Amino acid sequence: MADKKMMIIATKGSLDWAYPPFILSSTAAALGMEVNIFFTFYGLQLLKKNLSLGVTPLGNPGMPMPMAMDKWFPVLGTAIPGMQGMMTMMMKSKMKKKGVASVEELRTLCLEADVKMIACQMTVDLFDFKPSDLLDGIEYAGASSALAFAGDADINLFV
Amino acid sequence: MADQELDARGLNCPLPILRAKKALNDLEGGQTLSIIATDPGSVKDFQAFAKQTGNELVESGETNGEFTFLIKKKA
Repeated sequence: MADKKMMIIATKGSLDWAYPPFILSSTAAALGMEVNIFFTFYGLQLLKKNLSLGVTPLGNPGMPMPMAMDKWFPVLGTAIPGMQGMMTMMMKSKMKKKGVASVEELRTLCLEADVKMIACQMTVDLFDFKPSDLLDGIEYAGASSALAFAGDADINLFV
Repeated sequence: MADQELDARGLNCPLPILRAKKALNDLEGGQTLSIIATDPGSVKDFQAFAKQTGNELVESGETNGEFTFLIKKKA
């Protein structure tokens, strides 16, 4: 099993979308797989030393709202200031209550399990990310090195 | 009696598997780990974990909404 490989391209930088790459990678590593995650565009947020990820019901009709808020909030209400902060807080406390790991915890478990994390050099430059704001020990590379690993991987996911 | 025990109650996917993997790292081949969990998804997950890693799932059961597993580390 040690020779199975998984490649994930992580493109989203919100609290909810941080989970799939880190859950799958930490688990794959526990199953003995070699894992690379290539972070590009908004996915770069997941590499910041200090994560500040949010979740918003805005433009996300599938998000279950606590206390049936979707019944008495018009769609535009999801855009009011403070809504994202409140939703993020509620989501985090619900996750904690249900025994769901934090993103930080899952990311640490990935690093401990030697999941290789690669930042897309082009989007790092595009958005003026400072490598000092990102995790130490990650790699910086481009599409061809991502594809080189992907071509060799048994599981390829774009998240 | 298992060589080591792991209490994964209250933890949700994928933490029971990750904690089990960590606990197995400290065992010798042939030693056993018993796990107790409350995540109903862990039943299928431990079967898959055993199949993928080659560690043997010797027993699994349920009592009062708690799931128990006994895993024997691959020699």
